[in-house]
Amino acid sequence: MARFVRWYGAGPLHLLVLVCSFALTAYAFVRLFAVRPVDVAIWFVGAAILHDLILLPLYSLADLSAHSVLRHRTERVPTVPWINYLRVPTFLSGVLLLVWFPLILDLAVPYGGDTRLPESVYLGRWLAITGVLFGASALAFALRLGGIRRAARAAEAGPPSGRDAEP
Amino acid sequence: MGSGGRSASGSSGGPQGPKRDQEPARRRLPRLGAASAAAIHAIASAGDAAAARAQAIARRVGRTPPPPGPFRPGFWRSPIRGPWLTSVFGLVLLVGIPVLFVTGALSYAAYNPDLGPLNDQTPDKGLLGFYLFDWPTQPYWLYRLTQGVHVTLGVVLVPVLLAKLWAVIPKLFEWLPVRSVAHGLERLSLLLLVGGVIFEFVTGILNIQLYYVFPGSFYTLHFYGAWVFIAAFIVHVCLKLGRMTRALGSRDLATELRTDLAHTVPEPPDPHGLVPTAPAAPTMTRRGALGLVGAGSLTLLVVTAGQSVGGLLRGTALLAPHNRDPGSGPNGFQINKTAAAVGVSPAHVGPSWRLEVRGRSPALVFTRAQLLALRQHAAALPIACVEGWSTPDQLWSGLRLTDLAAMAGLPGAGSVLVESVQPPGPYSSVVLRGNQIHDPRSLLALRVNGADLSLDHGFPARVIVPANPGVNNTKWVHRLTFRT
Repeated sequence: MARFVRWYGAGPLHLLVLVCSFALTAYAFVRLFAVRPVDVAIWFVGAAILHDLILLPLYSLADLSAHSVLRHRTERVPTVPWINYLRVPTFLSGVLLLVWFPLILDLAVPYGGDTRLPESVYLGRWLAITGVLFGASALAFALRLGGIRRAARAAEAGPPSGRDAEP
Repeated sequence: MGSGGRSASGSSGGPQGPKRDQEPARRRLPRLGAASAAAIHAIASAGDAAAARAQAIARRVGRTPPPPGPFRPGFWRSPIRGPWLTSVFGLVLLVGIPVLFVTGALSYAAYNPDLGPLNDQTPDKGLLGFYLFDWPTQPYWLYRLTQGVHVTLGVVLVPVLLAKLWAVIPKLFEWLPVRSVAHGLERLSLLLLVGGVIFEFVTGILNIQLYYVFPGSFYTLHFYGAWVFIAAFIVHVCLKLGRMTRALGSRDLATELRTDLAHTVPEPPDPHGLVPTAPAAPTMTRRGALGLVGAGSLTLLVVTAGQSVGGLLRGTALLAPHNRDPGSGPNGFQINKTAAAVGVSPAHVGPSWRLEVRGRSPALVFTRAQLLALRQHAAALPIACVEGWSTPDQLWSGLRLTDLAAMAGLPGAGSVLVESVQPPGPYSSVVLRGNQIHDPRSLLALRVNGADLSLDHGFPARVIVPANPGVNNTKWVHRLTFRT
């Protein structure tokens, strides 16, 4: 037993569960790959690669770039952490596009003929939603910024006590 | 999402990097040493020289420093990434994915694939159809509910899935890539898990938008893909459930929801490499990360769910495929496929159209006027599509299928083959089961909401059966063949 664990790297139950799972996987795989096996394999593995090695690095990089490119350059004016006012609308608009891009980009060829509904409305709607999200975020940011700067000015004018408001 | 997913090569992570990197490698050495010792023990009985060489190789491999970039522990810097946050997303998926799987399996059963090749898109399913049962006709909204949940929940879980994958991304680059046989097998299973879950979400989400770019029949891909995925999912749950519950217990949700940015600190170092060794300054609280993902799900829910609820809410499904009515009046409700789209022309259903009813007695032939002269029955039933959208109840009227079976000399008919004038193609004909024939609400409908059926809704006659998937409610019917 201890020898098995040393050789295998985990307990026998671990192996048993995995073998059971692989048996089921193989049974389904044979059927999944019955037609156009290469294309299906590309889709299956490509799905993981597309997310892990393309989508995730891209949005991480976008986030980091936003941080360094748009960072606040003047020290004189008090500011507030701003990145989330950019992240939130970008993320919300982005997941909408990620899920509904075939309709938004007018890619679903049979859509209009099948359903008797025009597909052309989606791009405008997505842009409108995106506009509202960014607009609301900008407004929230402006209000927050205004509040903080007013407080800072008041503190400067009054007794020198409250400049520690910033996190 | 979260804060600063990766470090730019400069900044604070760089200079200290190498020193930090050696520590985890050293920590792993005992385990690896144990594995190699075991290997050596086994080989020793065969030959000493080979054993010594294997030992040397194992030692050298174990000492290989991680290549630069994402394989270095210092590369991943988000201060909120860690077992607790991962487990919260994991818990949501642990509830959501089984619901998706069960509703998906129910939808598969709803097509009654065991009634023969016409209903069966996956004839080589073998054991994977082990659970099939006679799909019921009540409650009449059953398929509307299960498939609405399946599709809407799938869409709503997309942000949670993205968040979960983000939370565990350092594990993709763990070093060494394979530490033992067990570790290697588990990582293979993880490829099936991640490939499988994305494959299922992508095929499903593309299919509901009629964007048929995937390689083959949707039914085949989504059904077998689901089994591949669920096999890996069950293993993953078995192996990680304990770790998840421990991680969830390590922090208090209510406290996290009250913690502001100034008090957001990384979780204590974990042996699995999720917590960053060189955390960046926090830019988002855990509360913020959970809120962001929740807001993503909520937004998707708002712009999607209305197509399955119908009524006034249909208009709120701003981005969903069936978010508007294609017309007004009695026939103004959702159309799955128009007559033109499947090649049914007015000539097919003009004055020369006849309904043929076959059974035990010689075939009966009716004109539409003759059918309208028979006793009419009404039923309020929805149309519910596999794509998740549905209509509220429509008031159909026409002939009961059970009456037609009796006229054909088979009052106890066990099944009926329904054929459309539609040119041969998927779902141009379908088989219904005895329980569907004999439900008093199952109709060969001639009219809807007080008007004749429109061509797009199946004029001159269509089938409507409670809880039946939309495509099995055949339109433009011209022959019914009842069988014992």
